[in-house]
Amino acid sequence: MSKRVGRPAARRWRDFGLAVAMLAPSGVILGMFVIYPLVKAIFLGRQRCGVTSCRTTSWHQYVDAFRSNEFQDALIVTIKYALITVPIGLALGVGLAVLADKYIKGVGIFRTIFSSTVATSVAVASVMWFFLLNPNVGVIADWLGGTAKTPGFLQDPGTALWAVSASSIWANLGFTFIVVTAGLQSVPKDLYESAYVDGANGFTRFTNVTLPMISPVLLFVTVVLTARAFEGFGEIDLLTEGGPKAKTTTLTYLAYGRGLPTSGDDGLRATVTVLLFFVLLVLALIQFRGLEKRVHYGN
Amino acid sequence: MAYPANVAQVQLDKITKQFDGVTAVEDIDLEIADREFMILLGPSGCGKSTLLRMIAGLEDPTEGTVTIGGRVVNDILPKDRDVAMVFQSYALYPHKTVQANIEFPLKVRGIDKVERAKAAQVAADSLGLGEYMQRKPGALSGGQRQRVALARAIVRNPAVFCMDEPLSNLDAKLRGETRAELIALHQRLESTFIYVTHDQVEAMTMGSRIAVMSRGHIEQVGTPQQVYDRPASVFIAQFVGTPPMNILPAGSVEPGEHLVGVRPEHLRITADGPISMVVTLVEQLGHELLVTGMVGESRVVVREAAHAAMPAIGSTVHLDAEVAMRHRFSALTERRIDV
Amino acid sequence: MATSSSGLPAIDQIRGGRKFGRYVFLTVTAAIVLFPIYVMIVGALKPGSKVLDQPLLPNHLTFGTLSDAWHDGKLGRALVNSAIVSIIVTLAQLITSVLAAYAFVFLRFPGRTIVFALFLATLLVPLEATLTVNRRTMQSFGWINSYQGLAVPFLATAFGIFMIRQVFLTIPKEMREAASMDGLGHIGFLREVAVPLSRPTIGALALFAFLTSWNQYLWPVLITTDEDYNTVQTGLKALKSAGIGQPNLVIAGTVIVALPIFVMLISFQRQLVRGLTAGAVKG
Repeated sequence: MSKRVGRPAARRWRDFGLAVAMLAPSGVILGMFVIYPLVKAIFLGRQRCGVTSCRTTSWHQYVDAFRSNEFQDALIVTIKYALITVPIGLALGVGLAVLADKYIKGVGIFRTIFSSTVATSVAVASVMWFFLLNPNVGVIADWLGGTAKTPGFLQDPGTALWAVSASSIWANLGFTFIVVTAGLQSVPKDLYESAYVDGANGFTRFTNVTLPMISPVLLFVTVVLTARAFEGFGEIDLLTEGGPKAKTTTLTYLAYGRGLPTSGDDGLRATVTVLLFFVLLVLALIQFRGLEKRVHYGN
Repeated sequence: MAYPANVAQVQLDKITKQFDGVTAVEDIDLEIADREFMILLGPSGCGKSTLLRMIAGLEDPTEGTVTIGGRVVNDILPKDRDVAMVFQSYALYPHKTVQANIEFPLKVRGIDKVERAKAAQVAADSLGLGEYMQRKPGALSGGQRQRVALARAIVRNPAVFCMDEPLSNLDAKLRGETRAELIALHQRLESTFIYVTHDQVEAMTMGSRIAVMSRGHIEQVGTPQQVYDRPASVFIAQFVGTPPMNILPAGSVEPGEHLVGVRPEHLRITADGPISMVVTLVEQLGHELLVTGMVGESRVVVREAAHAAMPAIGSTVHLDAEVAMRHRFSALTERRIDV
Repeated sequence: MATSSSGLPAIDQIRGGRKFGRYVFLTVTAAIVLFPIYVMIVGALKPGSKVLDQPLLPNHLTFGTLSDAWHDGKLGRALVNSAIVSIIVTLAQLITSVLAAYAFVFLRFPGRTIVFALFLATLLVPLEATLTVNRRTMQSFGWINSYQGLAVPFLATAFGIFMIRQVFLTIPKEMREAASMDGLGHIGFLREVAVPLSRPTIGALALFAFLTSWNQYLWPVLITTDEDYNTVQTGLKALKSAGIGQPNLVIAGTVIVALPIFVMLISFQRQLVRGLTAGAVKG
């Protein structure tokens, strides 16, 4: 940068060439595999496709799909799934992180154990829970008996979603615990001490100091857990394949699962996933409007 | 607002504190009178903050008792000790408004909303914060934040105020102004102030008494004038007073094996003085002249009147010190020898 | 008189009953969390079809099941596939993220803010919405059942760019100025100063990218029909379908698939925390 370039316009464009070169790799990939697919999917969503070709129906396909029983049911299942896994997962993660924050003997071991589930992939955790809950060979089914054995938590329409949720909460615990623990470290200690001298007990300190100070972390975890719930596929595919009686068919499973109206029909798949995209946008808006106000950033 | 006598008296008896085998504070005895402004002065690591925290109840003594208002408080929670604490970093709740911050101690005690607001307003007004009540700490200047921390402490009407280096995060000018305000505050509130600092100017100007600490022990307790005029050890002699007291090697001023300390303002350059010094630096400050040089291996500073003759660098001058102004210290223990 | 119960500040001391209660709760919860893992490991070490007898403390341990799972599930091949794809993706994401982040932080060009916003906007697009079209694209390239097919859509992410940009922003302007006085151009500055200074975050991104790629499920399911191209995740799915008569076999497969990541995480704990919290704690 030792050359002095004369006209201001030339100076503004000086870095342009290099910038293009540096942005091109990610730009091409993101453009081709994120932006283009989204745009194309919007158009694909008004088509029905077979093995070889696609036939355009109309934009009304979106409305029909949205109004269909399958979609509405899947939407409800997905919302239920999120409402179960997110609050419980968050409360558990925060509770354990706070309890394991103080100096007690062996706190390191507890922390390692609670963080450990972050190492499991969706497939690993789901297959694990499949075999634990299986009514014939599952250890948990064996010990609990009752519905656990007949017909099995994953097979009973009333309990299936709860069982899938349990597996998901378990798998996400590591992530939540690690992130919340990191957030707790950044709370200045003298805030606690000041509250203590003023007479606040443990619970009061928790609500007046801890929670507000980790609120950005809580928002982050909530957003991530909710996204995971709405986009969950692997756990459904491996645990219940959407059943019994479509009780665990989430929106994503509706789009990509087996034996569903969308199977083999890329057009319909696109319809469902584009609708999912809009659902997620609305969700993001709700979360940010609703929650961000109560989040306190920085000092 | 006045307290019955001795409610705010603090007494420390044989206080020792150890952390993991390291002794922070050892065998401290200190009596702080009701309503006095006691300064705990010392360099970093001397244990002054630890002592303050034990009075407030943030640490438990390993041995010894803390007594407040005649009551032993070792097993009593801070909130029941009637002490308030102002932290070095102010410890304001960033997500609460100024008003909510000030009200917090009252909220914890279950005082109702209307009462709280009134008390908070009184405290805030007394410190000039009246118009900032709805702001959050992030929108305040350093000086304002410090006052919020003070207001939060005042609002409880405690018997004892503990302050841990409250001025150290302020710039020099603000520090000077705030010192005056704190002195005024102390007189207005008639509570006991216990104030920790490493800055000897603060100690000298603010305290009714100073406890000078070093390495976990109290070296001397006295009024600022006492500590200045009769320092109990070489450490104190050099810690209090700027420029620090000169400690001259044994035999250079008067015969004997002891060290002699003389303050720069008590040394004179005279033709026939017993001390000989090689001049290394001459600083004309306008209102006075500072001449620095070496006496043997020791560095010595002399304060002369502004218009006195300026000696040349490298030349040798002679100094004398009034006999009455000589402080004598044992070369072995570095403690004061009183003749 | 009163002596302190431990070296801890008074606020951190948990006395008596509460301490016991806390311990009990933590221990019980830890046991519950650990339970599935423990049962899995035990199951993996027992012969293939006996699941329910002695699930906790078996008399007889064998490595045979593990070895069978390895062979029947073709897990060796799957591991290689996962490794190749994940390494490609990780390296690519590092390169593309670092380059793009540099451009956004240190280069001046018109429209920089808008382009950045555009890149960031891709974070709003959920993966699922892109998969259908991406698969069709892969079909048209003939990349179904290939490493390219598995890796290419993920060679760049806006999240990586965001992470590296955050850390590049902390490099003081004076350093750039001093470097240019020393005659260092952009590429030189990138190589000699920016990257070395950002090594911890780059390491965290690498770990995060590798982990995400390794754990991916839906995309490999969609574009792999030939079992030779199974990743460990789809290989596990195949094993589950095939091995339904021998549950311990599948369990053993699960342990094998989970093991590399456990090992990696124990070695790189700090980077992991950094990577996970990148979005949470605002700079």
